[in-house]
Amino acid sequence: MQLLAMLFFVGLGLYDERDISIKGLDVVRKADLVYVEFYTSRLMGASIERLEEFYGRKVVPLSRQDVEVDPAWLSKAEHSNVAFLVGGDPMISTTHLDLRLRALDMGIETRIIHASTILPAVSGLTGLQNYRFGRSTSIPFPYTARGRRVVPETPYHVAMENRRLNLHTLLYLDLQEERCMTVNDGVEILLEVDRDRGDGLLGSTLGVGIARAGSEDATVRADRLEELVHHPFGGPLHILVIPAKLHFMEGRALMALARAPEEIVKEAEI
Amino acid sequence: MGKRKKIAERVTTLMDKPEMIRNIGIVAHIDHGKTTLSDNLLAGAGMISMDLAGRQLFMDFDELEQARGITIDAANVSMVHEFDGKEYLINMIDTPGHVDFGGDVTRAMRAVDGAVVVVDAVEGAMPQTETVLRQAIREGVRPVLFVNKVDRMINELKVEKQEMALRLGHVIDNINKLIRGMDEEKYKAGWRLDAANGSVAFGSALYNWAISVPQMKKTGIGFEEVFDYCKNDNMKELALKCPLYVAVNDMVIRFLPSPLQAQKERVRVVWHGDWDSKVGKAMAACDPNGPVAFMITKVKVDPHAGEVATGRLFSGTLERGMELMISGISNTNRIQQTGIMMGAERVEVERIPAGNIAAVTGLRDAIVGSTVSTEAITPFEMIKHVSEPVMTVAIEAKNMRDLPKLVEVLRQVAKEDPTLQININEETGEHLMAGMGELHLEIVAYRITRDKGVEIKTTPPIVVYRESVVGKAGPVEGKSPNHHNRFYIEFEPLEAGVVDLLREGKVDMKMDEVQRRQMLMGEGMDKDEARNLVNFFGTNMFINMTKGIQYLRETMELILEGFEEAIRNGPICREPVQGVKAKLMDVKLHEDAIHRGPAQVIPAVRQAVQAGILLADPTLLEPFQNVFIQVPQDQMGGAMAEIQGRRGIILNMETEGDMIIIKAKVPVAAMFGFAGAIRSATEGRAMWSTEFAGFEPLPANLLLEAVKQIRTRKGLKPDMPKPSDYLKA
Ligand SMILES: Nc1nc2c(ncn2[C@@H]2O[C@H](COP(=O)(O)OP(=O)(O)OP(=O)(O)O)[C@@H](O)[C@H]2O)c(=O)[nH]1
Ligand SMILES: [Mg+2]
Repeated sequence: MQLLAMLFFVGLGLYDERDISIKGLDVVRKADLVYVEFYTSRLMGASIERLEEFYGRKVVPLSRQDVEVDPAWLSKAEHSNVAFLVGGDPMISTTHLDLRLRALDMGIETRIIHASTILPAVSGLTGLQNYRFGRSTSIPFPYTARGRRVVPETPYHVAMENRRLNLHTLLYLDLQEERCMTVNDGVEILLEVDRDRGDGLLGSTLGVGIARAGSEDATVRADRLEELVHHPFGGPLHILVIPAKLHFMEGRALMALARAPEEIVKEAEI
Repeated sequence: MGKRKKIAERVTTLMDKPEMIRNIGIVAHIDHGKTTLSDNLLAGAGMISMDLAGRQLFMDFDELEQARGITIDAANVSMVHEFDGKEYLINMIDTPGHVDFGGDVTRAMRAVDGAVVVVDAVEGAMPQTETVLRQAIREGVRPVLFVNKVDRMINELKVEKQEMALRLGHVIDNINKLIRGMDEEKYKAGWRLDAANGSVAFGSALYNWAISVPQMKKTGIGFEEVFDYCKNDNMKELALKCPLYVAVNDMVIRFLPSPLQAQKERVRVVWHGDWDSKVGKAMAACDPNGPVAFMITKVKVDPHAGEVATGRLFSGTLERGMELMISGISNTNRIQQTGIMMGAERVEVERIPAGNIAAVTGLRDAIVGSTVSTEAITPFEMIKHVSEPVMTVAIEAKNMRDLPKLVEVLRQVAKEDPTLQININEETGEHLMAGMGELHLEIVAYRITRDKGVEIKTTPPIVVYRESVVGKAGPVEGKSPNHHNRFYIEFEPLEAGVVDLLREGKVDMKMDEVQRRQMLMGEGMDKDEARNLVNFFGTNMFINMTKGIQYLRETMELILEGFEEAIRNGPICREPVQGVKAKLMDVKLHEDAIHRGPAQVIPAVRQAVQAGILLADPTLLEPFQNVFIQVPQDQMGGAMAEIQGRRGIILNMETEGDMIIIKAKVPVAAMFGFAGAIRSATEGRAMWSTEFAGFEPLPANLLLEAVKQIRTRKGLKPDMPKPSDYLKA
């Protein structure tokens, strides 16, 4: 592959340094400069050191400020090859589209090297059919504004809307510098919003929690949300699915792959 | 000591009989004789010796007050008076008259049900008389009148008998005019002051005598006799025959309401919760068995006992060991001691029932204005101070080792004095303290060293400014750091009438929406804008003109936070913003909640507001004072020259006898050194006083220079910032 001055968005895949594609690895090894951004998603199975060792390159981490506010490093790509590494697929986070548009404005050519991303992985791990997923959403940590605790309600409403349309909902869980939201936290927040806004019955519906997708010890568990909220899922990253009515194949899969109790699956089947 | 303990015991036995209680405040213009009069009541109750009454100034127990001859802090005392063979518990608050300490009057009015308005017979109703009267009436506190210093009228002014009656009548008329103007309904319902029914007394607090029409009937001593006693220099005898405390008690006990009577109505003024709820009914009934509803009006940090919180107990009974909730605080506080105040001393008592003024320790999280209760209740109405801080000093510890202690001390001081605005800067160690005037700041600084043991340096005081806009701007685009959220906001000056409504606290977000809209429209606000009001901060409004934007509702708190940040520290020179209307015209939000969290929305809005203010013809407002000068005609020229030389405007001039009364408005910045200057300009013949008169635009030719000065002092780049400094690409 010939490399001109160019900005490559390289996906790193799901879990560790070895989830990168061969094409991506080629780019990383040949690029003049290699940057990585770990705040929109994280490779839990790899540190910067592991990346550097495996790729044989120096890898410079970028902060949120470097990516969103003041990407001075972009101008390096005007004259050299720059690889910008991102966990999962590089174009899932909207921030990266913004970066790409900025680069184009600066006359920089860009290319994307795709990689595996969480949505198909979830579909695979749970047996929930890919084409039945509705809009995805994220659950942010509640915050305090003007002395009041605010719990963003969007994820709840998106999940409810999808259910009404009989679609599954994938819920990304908030990632902050010091903390990663667990399935338990996420479910807790949905239940809280449901108590305030809904009928308070959400607890008895089925949910599926997934931890460490892409790793050797990925965990998948399906149960009523009021049970799931107590389930130990182990280390990060976690992700949550609120399924729609289940196709019977999906029901069988959840029992086999996610230890879903049979009576709940029966309730949830169409 | 033993004597006070005994009085405390009698006080305790009366506490349970609300019909025998009067909670009163003594209020007046500065120097009209409040503290002198208080002495008389204390002597009447046997708390101080009758011989010293009028000169001991028991309620001015701080050495600073004695040295300067003025009251600085409102002080409480509980005492027992006998009247018509029955014992009454009088909880009295002596308040300061100096404008700088006006906040103490405002707060005291929340604790009491009645006020003795003291007026100097010679000076008559003065500007502060009007102010304190207004504060009483706004709180639903009923006034009676004591016309003081009648001896001066006779011995100094050498007024004849007939003229004396005329002049005294004039004083009463003036006060009645004020009451009527403030609350016509109450005036007609019996609050009109009338010498004939005994709601007015006349006398001399310094010489311990007073008369009133009902007392005249008993003693046979009327104006004629008083005149002669004074003329013949025989006031000692007059004081024996007509002791002041008897005439004043007559008024207080007959005309001022007991808590049992008062709370029925005052609850509707001071508390806007559900009046039919359990606690609402308990307050109206002054029920000692109801849930605790205790409003804190004063906090003092005692080096031994910690925070002593004083306030009015509207319902329930306070006892040691109680766990109480404090509005705005998530954990509860436990009462350590319950007590009553006896001037400087706090005397512990077992329990305090509803209707009394209580001083308790252990409420560590309480601040002035806190609502303390057994169950979660709607907080009491906020106490609204009439003046705003106009002057500020920078304050620094003299010794490096005191740096952390000073921060702690400043936090305490801010807690004790809510009219003080303290800005702590732990980075530079240079803190800012803004207050009501030079005297206020001087006293606070002095006490930091004296009472809290921290040696400090202060800069000379400078005035505080406000930032505002004269023109329109926008829509200004604010972008979030991740570029995915955009806010489009328009800016313009808020209608002057609306600014007044906000400043006077006449509209709030809790009130009925239709009523609020009507009031805003009444002041010229557009109907849609009035309907779309989201919230306001100080005198600035945030309005949402957008329609049907998804996710806006859950983002609004963050938008407001960004707005508030920009308002608190304005873009021109980080002074507070005033009178700005911000209208949200359009919003673009990221689909996903994580990408429109606090880190994105707050800075986007803040920057748009900062830039928007700079784009809308920004200006600085400076504080003004009304200055009232009474000066003999032949000294008028000197006084006028002083006002005009200080960028002052003469508002009004009236002649009264051979005196001229000038009312002028002068920028606070030009008032430094006024006391000395007016003295020499009028050979010491001028009497003057001031009051806060709001903020007004700085003349354009002074703007840039002022901005430069303020910014330099704050360690900012000296030049007026540009909108682009705030709008990040
Ligand atoms: N001649 C005369 N002087 C009085 C009388 N009452 C008070 N004074 C004097 O007026 C001055 C002020 O009296 P205070 O009692 O301190 O006045 P105040 O209203 O408490 O003053 P602030 O608390 O500072 O507002 C003192 O010098 C008193 O002696 C009076 O009836 N006759
Ligand atoms: Mg006094």
